[in-house]
Parts: sequence; structure tokens; C-alpha cells
Amino acid sequence: MQAITNKTQTNQLLVVMQQGSHQEQPVQDNSRPQHWFRKGAAAAWPICLGYLPVGLACGTLAQQAGLPFWAVGLMSILVFAGSAQFIAISMLAAGASPVSIILTTLIVNLRHTLMSSTLAVYLQEVNRWFLSLFAYGITDESFAVNMTRFRTGEWNRWQALAVNHLSNSAWVAATTCGALVGQLIPQGALGMDYAMTGMFISLLTFQLQNRIFILTGLLAGLISVTCYLLIPGDSYIIIASVCGATLGYIIKRRGRK
Amino acid sequence: MNMSFFDYLLLFSGMGLVTYLPRWLPLFYLAHRRLPQWLIDWLSLIPVAILSALLAPSLFSDGHPRCLHWGKLELLVAIPTLIFSLKSRSMGATVLVGMFLYWLGGLFL
Repeated sequence: MQAITNKTQTNQLLVVMQQGSHQEQPVQDNSRPQHWFRKGAAAAWPICLGYLPVGLACGTLAQQAGLPFWAVGLMSILVFAGSAQFIAISMLAAGASPVSIILTTLIVNLRHTLMSSTLAVYLQEVNRWFLSLFAYGITDESFAVNMTRFRTGEWNRWQALAVNHLSNSAWVAATTCGALVGQLIPQGALGMDYAMTGMFISLLTFQLQNRIFILTGLLAGLISVTCYLLIPGDSYIIIASVCGATLGYIIKRRGRK
Repeated sequence: MNMSFFDYLLLFSGMGLVTYLPRWLPLFYLAHRRLPQWLIDWLSLIPVAILSALLAPSLFSDGHPRCLHWGKLELLVAIPTLIFSLKSRSMGATVLVGMFLYWLGGLFL
């Protein structure tokens, strides 16, 4: 069942994309790039709002660790990975070697292979330049937002790209501002610290399509907390995601027989 | 810590490379390959699993040092936020409601 819907969605997506590339198609408002960008922006603003406090905090920490503001901006442009940047800043402050910082970054960001694989289902046969540009902006947040929309079939790759790059711009701006004026902003102003959590809660509710998804979410959460308490570092995310999804998949298969 | 522009550029380029590769390789190869059905089915469960895995520790435990913590403000706020999200289906409004409740909770606790 899931298979059929997935396939039809991918087909619909291809049709939408083909329509978009032909000028002689009846010009509907929703086939224009401006429209896609606007749709992308409408989906991206909660991410940008969430990035504001996190980015400011990141920039402030970097400034306290002795990084000049341009280095913070440069890092956000070249790396664009929130948790890895926080870790790198604290390692820099502690005098860690560049090689160990780069290795840690790799380990922290390995979870994105899962997200990239999942997105590939909805970006079949898309040209490789687009994929290479798109890959730059795959983060926890943009992934969740884009996947939610791709699944409903109303999303195309340009809207998804707009989400990726708008969130990236917000992140670069927020971290650089944090390095410049972060110390003037009181901690926890206006419940800003909860923006990211609120966004993840909302995205989670969009994913709960049936009992299998609810069960998978509960199992992944349970495994995540357990691993978080038992294993130092960030491996809990990837362990819990893989185990949770696999258990959910096995249960789904069992139920079908 | 005295680093030149070139030192920073080198370090951040290295970090950028190891960040980009895990995001790029699977997409680059899998998007042009026919994925087996079991993989598509499995991957469809990945988003909910990742979101839960990211969220759960921040609701149920403390970070420094890591230990279980029941009844954190984050968790208490998460319950009405979750219900609001299920009813409203709007991410933007949910974020704002969550922030407001967290701010309100912070005033009382």
C-alpha cells in the first residue's frame, strides 16, 4: 500500500517537474519560480525562527572562544551543521588539533547519510548538478520539513531547494550576528530556546500517519534516551533511528502476513 | 589561540568536506538507481525515527551530566504543544505556541 502511494507520488512529482520545464504548458500560477520560492519561504520560516536563538548562541560562544566574526560566518557557509559547529567551537577553545576536530565533525554528521538516502526516493532521475547543490543544505530541520511535504505529493524539488537555502542564509546571518552582538541579548529571551523543540514536535505529529509510525516513533524515542544515557557522544541519534525504523519495519511485515 | 585566515579556511574546508560527503554521496548514487521496495518501505520510517531520536533526550533527560529527568519544563510544555499541533496542523503556529508556553512556564518555575 505504502509502495503504491510512494510510487504515484514520485510519478506525480515527475509530471509536475516536466510541466515546469515546458513553457508551452498552460501557464498556471503554481508553475512559476516565484510561486515556488514563496511556497518554499512559507515552509522555511519556522526553521529560520528556530535558527535565530541557536545561531545567536553559537556565534556568542564562538566569539567567547576567540573566533573573529568573519571566521564564524565562514564556518557557517562552509560547514552548515549546527551541532558540529558547537562541538568544533568548544574543541577549538580547548586547543584540540584540526584533525581531531574534522574527525569529530565527520562522526557527528554521519546521520545525514540516512536523510540523504531517504530524500533520494523523492528525487529520482533528477540531474546531478541539482542533487549536488541540494545536498549542501540537507540538515535535520530542512530534511524533516521537506520530507513532510514530499510525502503529501504537493512539493517539488525547487520548493525544497528554496527551503534548504533560505535556512542556510538564516543560519549564516544568525551565527555571524551572534559573534557580533550576542552578548547583548539576554539568555532565553521570549522562550526562544524552545523554538527548535516546538518545530520538531510539530514535524513529528505530521509524520504520525498510522499505528506503525506511532510505534516506530515511540521505540526510537525509547532507544534514543537509553543510548543517550549510556553512550557518550552523539551516536544515540543514528543508533536509535536505525533500530527504531528497523523494528517498525519488522513489525509492519509481521502484521501483513 | 592565534589562527590566521588561512588556518581557519583550511580547518573549515576540511570540516565542510566531511559534512558535505555524507549528505551528497547517498543522494548522488541512489537517485539514479531503482531502489528495492523493502528499502523504500524502511526509509519511509526513517523520518519519524530520526525526529523521535532527536527530540526524546531533550524532553526526558539532562545533559550535564547525562541523567534521566522526569517532569522537565521541556516535557510539560511539549504535551500541550503536541496537542495543539495535532489540532492545528500548522508548524509556524505550533512553534509560537511552544515558545510562549515555555516562556510562561519559565516565569512560574
